[in-house]
Amino acid sequence: MIELDSVAYSYGGGELFSSVSLSLAPGSFHFLTGPSGAGKTTLLKLCYGELTATSGHVRLFGRDTRALGRDGIAQLRRRVGVVHQDCQFLDHLPVAENIALPLTVSGRETAPDDLDALLGWVGLRRQAGQLPPELSGGERQRAALARAVIMSPDVILADEPTGNVDWDMSQRLLTLLIELNRLGKTVLIASHDLALIRAAKSEVEVRVLRLKDRRVQAAGAHL
Amino acid sequence: MERLRRMLGLMAGDPQADRVVPPTGFTARLTVLSAAAMAFLAVFALAMSLATGRLADRWSQELARTSTLRISAPADQMQAQTRAAVEVLQTTPGVAEARPLTADEQRALLDPWFGPDLPVETLPIPKLVEIVEEGAGYDPAGLRARLQAEVPGAVLDDHGRWRDPLLRAAGRLRLLAGVSMGLIALTMAAMITLAANAALAANAQVIRVLRLVGARDTYIARAFVRRFTLRALSGAAAGTLLGALAVWALPEADVAGGFLTGLGFQGWHWLQPLLIPLLAALVAFFATRQAALRSLKEQS
Repeated sequence: MIELDSVAYSYGGGELFSSVSLSLAPGSFHFLTGPSGAGKTTLLKLCYGELTATSGHVRLFGRDTRALGRDGIAQLRRRVGVVHQDCQFLDHLPVAENIALPLTVSGRETAPDDLDALLGWVGLRRQAGQLPPELSGGERQRAALARAVIMSPDVILADEPTGNVDWDMSQRLLTLLIELNRLGKTVLIASHDLALIRAAKSEVEVRVLRLKDRRVQAAGAHL
Repeated sequence: MERLRRMLGLMAGDPQADRVVPPTGFTARLTVLSAAAMAFLAVFALAMSLATGRLADRWSQELARTSTLRISAPADQMQAQTRAAVEVLQTTPGVAEARPLTADEQRALLDPWFGPDLPVETLPIPKLVEIVEEGAGYDPAGLRARLQAEVPGAVLDDHGRWRDPLLRAAGRLRLLAGVSMGLIALTMAAMITLAANAALAANAQVIRVLRLVGARDTYIARAFVRRFTLRALSGAAAGTLLGALAVWALPEADVAGGFLTGLGFQGWHWLQPLLIPLLAALVAFFATRQAALRSLKEQS
């Protein structure tokens, strides 16, 4: 699905990673941990082609992102659902239209029943007509998750999806991500929330990767 | 053809895609206002271009085929010299007609300066002969030489001395009107480019979100291009209507003024201003598209 081969990335004159390699197999569930500033968000951005590696190769569905133009990246991004910590929406459009946005930009029709089912799945039926600024932190995260999965992507990348919500809400979000994984989706979550990782481990087979010393390592059993 | 198809597709619209860009903002008003103002000015430039064209045509048509022979001679020789001059003219190739002006016609010419009761018959004023040309016209140098030999008091005025500068002036005015139209189009393109750049900068978050969900640059650009093109079209349509009304409301030209033909449109020329909104939309389309694609490239 996603493969990083000896990837290095420099930013502002310093090297954030050197020789990072990882591979996300279809249907796998990964956590990416590490201290703040280690580069978890950057690594995720490299995974979906928003950033280009300084050296090495990033392959998205077998295609080297460096060889793809912006349109090629945009095309592949439709197969990757991304959830950011600071969920960004089009604030002038209602929640339902924001969730359907990936379909809109790809020129596909939005089936009202499917959209309603998705809103029900994330518990946002009542908020469908509201504008994003009217949502709470947890509601925004669930709306972002719904938007990330509406195209039925093969991979879901989530950057600190529970960073701004309470424990109950983070459990609810985790449950949704686990459900997606059980449907065969590949999931990669960047998080430093160890309790969340432990909760996930009790439900599905989880691999934990740790960003440390500019490299990705498999985390120990203490997690 | 592809561009035309895209333009027409743009007008047909995609309401759903159109909604991804926030609908309001000062750039909307700026674009509509500048398009309206530029279209208003373009109507006047077009009117001036057409009016000077008519003026030049009239001058060249009315004066190019005629000339005047002025005969100055003592009173007792005037008739003989006039007769001799007419004979010379009638045997000159390229001259269709040579007719001495009557006393009434000469009086009418002097009327603006001396009033209607001037006794031209008793005054030592030159006799005028109107010459109408045919075909390729006559050879002025040859005719002058023959007249000098046979009618020493005759002076040929083929009007070129003062018609040519007038025609040149009319040509320059037409050129100026064309340059004005070009400058108006450039100014509008610059204003719309600025407005589009401002809109793109103000909507950086919208662009980030659209890219995140897999929108191509052409899709994002199209949303902005469609909006700015339609704004320019509506603004220019309003400006053109106001400009046409203003031209229509201009006072009638004074017919007695001779060369004046008025600044307004005549006949089917009234249809020409309809092109202004379409050209404005075309300018907006390419200006916004260029600005959007460049800005998106810089933001990537």
